[in-house]
Amino acid sequence: MKSFLSALLRSRAGLFGFVLVMLFVAGAILAPYLGLASPIRSSLTSRMVAPTWTGLFSPGAHPLGTDELGRDILSRILYGSRTTLLIAAGAVILGGAVGTLLGIVAGYYRGIVDRILMRVVDIQLALPLMLLALLVVAAVGASTQNLVIVLALTSWLRYARIIRGQVLALREREFILSAHAIGAGTWRIMIKHLLPNVMTPVLVIATLELARIIIMDAALSFLGLGVQPPSPSWGRMLADGRVYITTAWWIVTFPGLAILLTVLSVNLLGDWLRDYFDPKLRTAR
Amino acid sequence: MTRYLMTKLIEAFIAIWGVVTIVFFVSRILGDPAVLLVPVGAGQQEIDNLRAALGLDRPLLEQYFQSLLSMLKGDFGISFQHTRPALDVVLERMPATASLAGLALLFGTLIGVAAGAIAALMRGTVAELIVMVAALLGQATPTFWLGIMLILLFSVELGLLPTGGSGTWLHYILPGLTLSVFVSASIARLLRSSLLDIMREDYVRTARAKGLMPRTVFFWHIARNALIPVVTMIGIIAGELLGGSVVIETVFAWPGVGRVIVQGIQAQDFPVIQAGVTLVAAIFVFVNLLVDLLYGVLDPRIRRG
Repeated sequence: MKSFLSALLRSRAGLFGFVLVMLFVAGAILAPYLGLASPIRSSLTSRMVAPTWTGLFSPGAHPLGTDELGRDILSRILYGSRTTLLIAAGAVILGGAVGTLLGIVAGYYRGIVDRILMRVVDIQLALPLMLLALLVVAAVGASTQNLVIVLALTSWLRYARIIRGQVLALREREFILSAHAIGAGTWRIMIKHLLPNVMTPVLVIATLELARIIIMDAALSFLGLGVQPPSPSWGRMLADGRVYITTAWWIVTFPGLAILLTVLSVNLLGDWLRDYFDPKLRTAR
Repeated sequence: MTRYLMTKLIEAFIAIWGVVTIVFFVSRILGDPAVLLVPVGAGQQEIDNLRAALGLDRPLLEQYFQSLLSMLKGDFGISFQHTRPALDVVLERMPATASLAGLALLFGTLIGVAAGAIAALMRGTVAELIVMVAALLGQATPTFWLGIMLILLFSVELGLLPTGGSGTWLHYILPGLTLSVFVSASIARLLRSSLLDIMREDYVRTARAKGLMPRTVFFWHIARNALIPVVTMIGIIAGELLGGSVVIETVFAWPGVGRVIVQGIQAQDFPVIQAGVTLVAAIFVFVNLLVDLLYGVLDPRIRRG
């Protein structure tokens, strides 16, 4: 843990990503306590106010302007990040758990289980993920819970494929063979011996998947299939603000910047984790 | 090689069949299109008549096998909205989507390969830093937002280019540019790391040591091998461009397959959804098949498999 932290502190890109991710998480958690304007209540007297930085800390300030209904954009972005992070984290955990489990089972049992699973992965790979998500969300409805499930559905196969490959190699190693020899049950081998050995790639895939899922969630809500109004969501803010692009540039600009910065920071952290855990790359540095 | 090709073809067919099955059953959950199609105020009798006419009153499994059989003959049914063959509705939109995706793939790959090679060959210089920062930003930018920002700059502020629609080559610039950024960013990063990996290989050192010209080493030993993962990536990106076309076509009001599928989903137009998604998946599978075969050419070791 100590060497992990010192390596993180030495890496500029990784540290930058880590700090930014932490800031976003803090912003999402603390949003209700920052004394922001309501993200939902509209105010017709302050419609489409341009961003102003004078009197930044006075109660009526709108540092990022207001939207077409007079709602404060900064507040909507921060509250929107709660929804986004909740959905994305939920989808990553669910997709990661299912994908890892299936990958371990397929790699350990091989044979028919493996062949069926890999065929299912192939079929799903033939279906562009965005179309799959769009179709399923349209069919089952766009609730937070459904979005988590649908986004996890687009994600599990990435874990399954990689973890299966890892387990295929691991199952021939001495420590697994000896666990088997002393009579450890299949579940015990999978959970106690295989799972801890694949946690590193799982963590790396999860970070990179988090970034992809945040963008996909935003794209779905941009198309009107995300969390439903009045809950603020970044994609929906973009879709609504697009209409006012000629008069109020700030409505579409800032939510997009928020997506960009979040995805960038998660990507930086993910890249760094991958390099850190890949010994082949590390010795080369 | 023939056996390899046969296996791949069979796998491709199974994948497409799987897609057709998933889409068939998921789209049936969307709701009852007959309710949407009858005029407001129509009675239950009219709804039932329409359901019978559309074949929606028969058992689900029967409908499924029926539509599988028809699809084999290229018949995807009649679009509920357009009252003409669903396949025609989708195929008409194909050139718009394919030309845009092809253009983005071409320019994106060229820019990405050049940028990736520069970054790897000029390691530790400002050039590498600029390429890498640009690529990281390009990968993190949601395409739909980039599209909107480009419209804001070039159409609203500068008034140089159309905000959306299609017709002239000018209409291609903004959506093409938006998608190219996404393509080139992924390719530049992948090629750079793949080049750096290969340059450390023993056989590259051997080639240098035996006195081959640097150019020969680069093109025959390094570039050839470094391009293998890039080829796979291009296959994956081609699929993402087709699937992601839904979003970018909405931003630029581009009359492509993606928009027709979205409109189909909104109107619960099963035949159009089925035809659109199957077509996109088939193209995707076909592109990946080509990539697999190209692999064999680039890397003879795979041909044996």
